[in-house]
Amino acid sequence: MAEKKVFEKGKMVPVPSVSIIPERDLGKSPILECSHLGIDFGGLTAVNEFNITVGRTEIAGLIGPNGAGKTTVFNLLTKVYQPTRGTILLDGLDTHGKTPAQINRMGIARTFQNIRLFNNLSVEDNVKIGLHNQEKYSMVSGILRLPKYWRQEKAAHERALELLSIFDMQHMANYQAGSLPYGAQRRLEIVRALATNPSLLLLDEPAAGMNPSETAELMENIVKIRDMFQIAIMLIEHDMSLVMGICEGICVLNFGQIIAKGTAEEIQSNPTVIEAYLGKQQ
Amino acid sequence: MKKLIGRIKGLKKTTKVDFATYLGVILAFVLFTVLRDRGLLNRSITGMLVPICAYIVMAVSLNLTVGILGELSLGHAGFMSVGAFSGVIAAQSLQAAVPSAPVRLAIAILVGALFAAVAGTIVGVPVLRLQGDYLAIVTLAFGEIIKELINCLLVGCDSRGLHIAFNITGNLTINDIGMEPGGMAIIKGAQGATGTTTIASFTAGFILIMLTLVIVLNLVRSRAGRAIMALRDNRIAAESVGINITKYKLMAFITSAALAGGAGALYGLNYSNLSASKFSFDTSILVLVYVVLGGLGRMWGSIIAAAVLYILPEALREFADYRMLVYAIVLILVMLATNNDQLKALAGRIIPKRKGVSSNG
Amino acid sequence: MEFLSYLISGISLGSVYAIIALGYTMVYGIAKMLNFAHGDVIMVGGYISFCAMSYLELPGWLSVVLAMAVCTVLGVVIEGLAYKPLRQATSLAVLITAIGVSYFLQNAAQLIWGASPKGYTPLVPALNAKGEPNALQLFDGQLSIPYLSLLIMAVCIIVMVALTFFTGQTKLGKAMRACSEDKGAAQLMGINVNRTISVTFAIGSALAAVAGVLLCSFTTSLMPTTGSMPGIKAFTAAVFGGIGSIPGAFLGGILLGIIESLAKAYISTQLANAILFAVLIIVLLVRPSGLLGKYVPEKV
Repeated sequence: MAEKKVFEKGKMVPVPSVSIIPERDLGKSPILECSHLGIDFGGLTAVNEFNITVGRTEIAGLIGPNGAGKTTVFNLLTKVYQPTRGTILLDGLDTHGKTPAQINRMGIARTFQNIRLFNNLSVEDNVKIGLHNQEKYSMVSGILRLPKYWRQEKAAHERALELLSIFDMQHMANYQAGSLPYGAQRRLEIVRALATNPSLLLLDEPAAGMNPSETAELMENIVKIRDMFQIAIMLIEHDMSLVMGICEGICVLNFGQIIAKGTAEEIQSNPTVIEAYLGKQQ
Repeated sequence: MKKLIGRIKGLKKTTKVDFATYLGVILAFVLFTVLRDRGLLNRSITGMLVPICAYIVMAVSLNLTVGILGELSLGHAGFMSVGAFSGVIAAQSLQAAVPSAPVRLAIAILVGALFAAVAGTIVGVPVLRLQGDYLAIVTLAFGEIIKELINCLLVGCDSRGLHIAFNITGNLTINDIGMEPGGMAIIKGAQGATGTTTIASFTAGFILIMLTLVIVLNLVRSRAGRAIMALRDNRIAAESVGINITKYKLMAFITSAALAGGAGALYGLNYSNLSASKFSFDTSILVLVYVVLGGLGRMWGSIIAAAVLYILPEALREFADYRMLVYAIVLILVMLATNNDQLKALAGRIIPKRKGVSSNG
Repeated sequence: MEFLSYLISGISLGSVYAIIALGYTMVYGIAKMLNFAHGDVIMVGGYISFCAMSYLELPGWLSVVLAMAVCTVLGVVIEGLAYKPLRQATSLAVLITAIGVSYFLQNAAQLIWGASPKGYTPLVPALNAKGEPNALQLFDGQLSIPYLSLLIMAVCIIVMVALTFFTGQTKLGKAMRACSEDKGAAQLMGINVNRTISVTFAIGSALAAVAGVLLCSFTTSLMPTTGSMPGIKAFTAAVFGGIGSIPGAFLGGILLGIIESLAKAYISTQLANAILFAVLIIVLLVRPSGLLGKYVPEKV
């Protein structure tokens, strides 16, 4: 791909192209473009020169040793942290100065490494909160229970059950979210993120704490979600079978820097990556 | 009939709880009205009916802030105070214009709610970005500020309209605000409201409770209520699904303040004399006790706790001087019994545990 | 000169607040609870000292020691009976329990000593035997600093230094800091968390007794609700300075005293508390964790 120009803080900078976009997405503009992204905490540079492009329907993997800055990248993308440097373009739009809530409305949804559900609410309500911005009735219609309220609540109820059925969880709709088993909580978090109608879904260690068969099922479901919703998915994961199995493009992070990008085969044979994970060969 | 029972069984649990709450309030109202009209209530209980209604509304509205929004407020009496005095001013000054007492009371409650909502906005906008105990301390400070400001307020009314003066130095009296000779004093500084025509009634109190319940319960079960509870349970996750934190925090806080203002107006128009010191920190704490004992987020709990605890000191009359001491001990023991794991386990063996999802509301 | 004397009176009032606030902050730091009964422990301290002086005719300093002893025991008993069973409960439940304890202490005091105010003989009388003001005269008598004020400030500084040394250098102090960071981890390191919390309450309550005696000397009267308002103000002072921080409580208390004294003198006696709380709100808006508090963002 040719170098493209984007606008950043008043000057034109070239975006380095990345060749991990799957072929079917090549004709379309990418969903996410990060250029020179970086953040410092005090004097410490946590992430630096993070450049990546993610295609419309790509499943991308972000891997690296512990403390490499993977979750920090997610926090930068969702503006939990404001980046010190660089730009993030979502579907061609600059996300500079946006709040996490606005980022979600622009189209990025995420899950968290340490599960963050609305523990005291029911499973269905958790999903309905994800549908919050697709329901449109006002506070007053809600209090007076105008027809708009009944109509949209009914639609939300049906949509919530529909979304839960992706993971076969519709029978759990009335359970309290905090009382679900661990695996179900992880799945519910994904459903809630999907409910916000994202174009890019960020999954932070979705398979953490799952056994191999659950992980295998999750892999299938991630691909299924991509196919159903036609969205891009970016995931952080330590389970290499999952990453190598479903990610079309993989980006390896170490000490806040990208050390390799490419397909699963390319990454597996990359000496820098092997060194980062296993140490230098004597 | 069977069909009806089937339909009721098919309802969601939260819906059933809501209906039971409304039904309970209506039944209690009918019961107490009948008892009162038959002369079966003693005078002190009859005199408590309106304040109980006001405190029930206070408790339910505070439960919206503490139980649903999850922020500790220690200044809820401040909003009650704003509502009480603005309501008294409205009712007193409209005596000639609106002869019907119930209409005047309704206007006064609306005015009280409106002014309290404005106060809630003034406090809420800057303050809601604070968290936890810092927010609590600012609401406490706000309550104290309101109390002192109203202590300096002089308000009178004559044919030319309202006269308001602010007695900062402490040298002014009600005669210095430029009223015509025949004018009526409404608020006399630290003495508070004097000579108020008492127009509050038990029926009005009942209607206000019902309105409050409709507003709070329907809000909680709507899109906005879910957003509020989402940011209570997990702020970061709520932001991540696109919920505007400030908007919904403010919505809950202002609604709660407005309802407290309405309760204040009802309360204020039940007494011919009322001073601002009535709405001190202790009053805020009292309402908080109702909310916590009734159960966070559980509106029917707040109603019962407010009614029972308001009457309790009266019921403990036989302990004479010891009654407040007994009240304190009861309070501590109830908290220990409901919150200590060992004691709870003990109680669990006696009373079988409830199954299913715990509901909010 | 007038300004200086208001300032000094503010600093000495603030020193009393600071001592109370230290008790609040220590208990908050370790038990993460707002001990609303703290103000009432102050009142109990005042009454004990009053009784010791009026009925037992003990000298002032001995009455302070007695008050400290009684309050220490009281603090530990309250903690053991009312707060310890709630270690795992929500902070709101503990808060309401503390309010219950506060009601209990106030009403018990009312039953024992009556509701009417008692005249308290200050530790350092305002006038000496010759009938002259018991004060340090400076600038040819233009500035007069009561010895009582000097005593209060001295006590406050001693308490502050002693506490800083205690938490920073001693084994028990280190255990306290460990518990306030992470109770679970502290327990795994072999620290007896329950005992450490009890000791904190003991120290806080002993300080409350000292504060009670100083406060009553300052106001020269004593009633069952004496502790409430200073308690609330000291709590604000602790938050003002950054709750959980010992220098913060000290700074917050002094500043609050100065603001109160100057507002009373120059703006309005009626609105002194309103001004005080307004300043507090403004400070918290600029520094959401208080003057010396640390802001710890939630980790995602």
